[in-house]
Amino acid sequence: MEKLKKAGTVIVSLILVILIWEMVILTGRYELSLLPSPFKVLEGIGELIRDGTLATNFKVSLLRFLIGYLTASFAGIVLGLILGSYRKIWAFIDPVVQILRPISPIAWFPFIVLWFGIGDLPAVVIIFIASFYPVLLSTISGVNKVDPMYLKVAQNFGIKQPYLLSKIIFPAAFPLITNGLHMALGSAWVFLVAGEMVGAQSGLGYLIIDARNSIRPDLVLAGIICIGVTGLILDKIIRLLENWVEKQWGISSERMR
Amino acid sequence: MFISVEGVSKIYELKDKSNSVALEKVDLSIEEGKFICLLGPSGCGKTTFLNMIAGFDKPSNGTIKINGNDVIQPSIDRIAIFQNFGLLPWRTVIKNVELGLESKGFGEKKRREIAEEYLKLVGLSNYKKHHPNQLSGGMQQRIAIARALAVDPDVLLMDEPFGSLDAMTRMTMQNEIERIWQEKKKTIIFVTHDIEEATFLVDSIVVMTAGPGKVKKIIDVPLARKRNRTSAGFLAIRDEVFREFELKSRDKIEHYLQQSQSEIPVHYQVSDVLVYQT
Repeated sequence: MEKLKKAGTVIVSLILVILIWEMVILTGRYELSLLPSPFKVLEGIGELIRDGTLATNFKVSLLRFLIGYLTASFAGIVLGLILGSYRKIWAFIDPVVQILRPISPIAWFPFIVLWFGIGDLPAVVIIFIASFYPVLLSTISGVNKVDPMYLKVAQNFGIKQPYLLSKIIFPAAFPLITNGLHMALGSAWVFLVAGEMVGAQSGLGYLIIDARNSIRPDLVLAGIICIGVTGLILDKIIRLLENWVEKQWGISSERMR
Repeated sequence: MFISVEGVSKIYELKDKSNSVALEKVDLSIEEGKFICLLGPSGCGKTTFLNMIAGFDKPSNGTIKINGNDVIQPSIDRIAIFQNFGLLPWRTVIKNVELGLESKGFGEKKRREIAEEYLKLVGLSNYKKHHPNQLSGGMQQRIAIARALAVDPDVLLMDEPFGSLDAMTRMTMQNEIERIWQEKKKTIIFVTHDIEEATFLVDSIVVMTAGPGKVKKIIDVPLARKRNRTSAGFLAIRDEVFREFELKSRDKIEHYLQQSQSEIPVHYQVSDVLVYQT
């Protein structure tokens, strides 16, 4: 019942947006090239699906995304566990990270092209940069926030490195690490499209640039909608992971009394 | 002597460079297989003392020997049990019990076998696939006890293990730990500030006082097991312990007041305190 209600709200909200959009078109007499109507965009999506452009570009984007995101997550977690455990080393690296972190991955683009050429790699590198910092920082903060009680128990039961890291610190920090993975996912998806717009010859970002070049605003909007929907689905998937972690770690489960 | 403590002090240096004496010149001998408790108000250094026996903390002066060996670091032969259980929430109940067995190098099958045996001992065989936070506080503490016993330690160190449980569960757990102690014959050092709990459970009560923490007296409890909380012998010993705290000079009352309310021994009348204050 709750779920049905929620689905109803979503549908009503989407219908409202489309209605307002259509009203603006009907009353405003905008040129098609400035603002295509919902039906035009729907047709555009149909066209992209039929001729296979969407599927091809979608696959390319998703692959780049997964490679960049997963390698960044792995690197961020491993480095985060190590740097979190050796605070003295982290004290030296922290300032550098704090300077690098606010820089948009796109800013590195001139260098990325020089170092990694063209093709898939630049987009992957941009996604990597975009997802690396959130994972790294949340892993380090997860390690620093491990309940000292767990460390005491581990010490008492004779658990030494590397098991201390794998059996105690990593699982204890995991809820915070998944938060980082969630944040990283959002930012990676945003920068995937940006990366493909400036550097690639394929992918959803490229699809939009290509549609613009062919003066097809309906296809531009169709591409934008696909990016939005895919981002939403990815977010839902990672949220499932978070919920699972919360359940396994007992953050939300009920107590028996 | 199995555990011998000689002239142990613990002095902390405060931020303003002055020293705070948490524990002063404690001597204590404990025979193997005995159940003893450290009893006293908070601030008497009983937890500090327990941490030093466990090896989590080092004495500033003096030595602690167990079986003739100096205690210099934590060991799997002396397992500590805490008030908040210290279970790993991401592991199931049975995997929690297996934790210590993993570092003892047992194979998977052997670990499972031992863990099941100890879960049975604490009466939780039906909950092995649960996660700790699906269980009540009393059950969680039983798991912690099973986990501690599973590695077959020489000594159990329990720091107010039932402090966070409600009164009824607490009594059940007191019965449980007595039964387990009688079955397994481990040496148990039990920290509490509950006089009745101490009288019910242990062979001897180490009465500690605060400011600075020291051992005031050791009271043996020669009552037969399956003690009756309302028998004359029980009440006599309980009253003796009460007197130990009452006999403290009156200038210490104020100290109790600075602690939490529950630390005031119950026999102090409110009027006593008021008279003292005026």
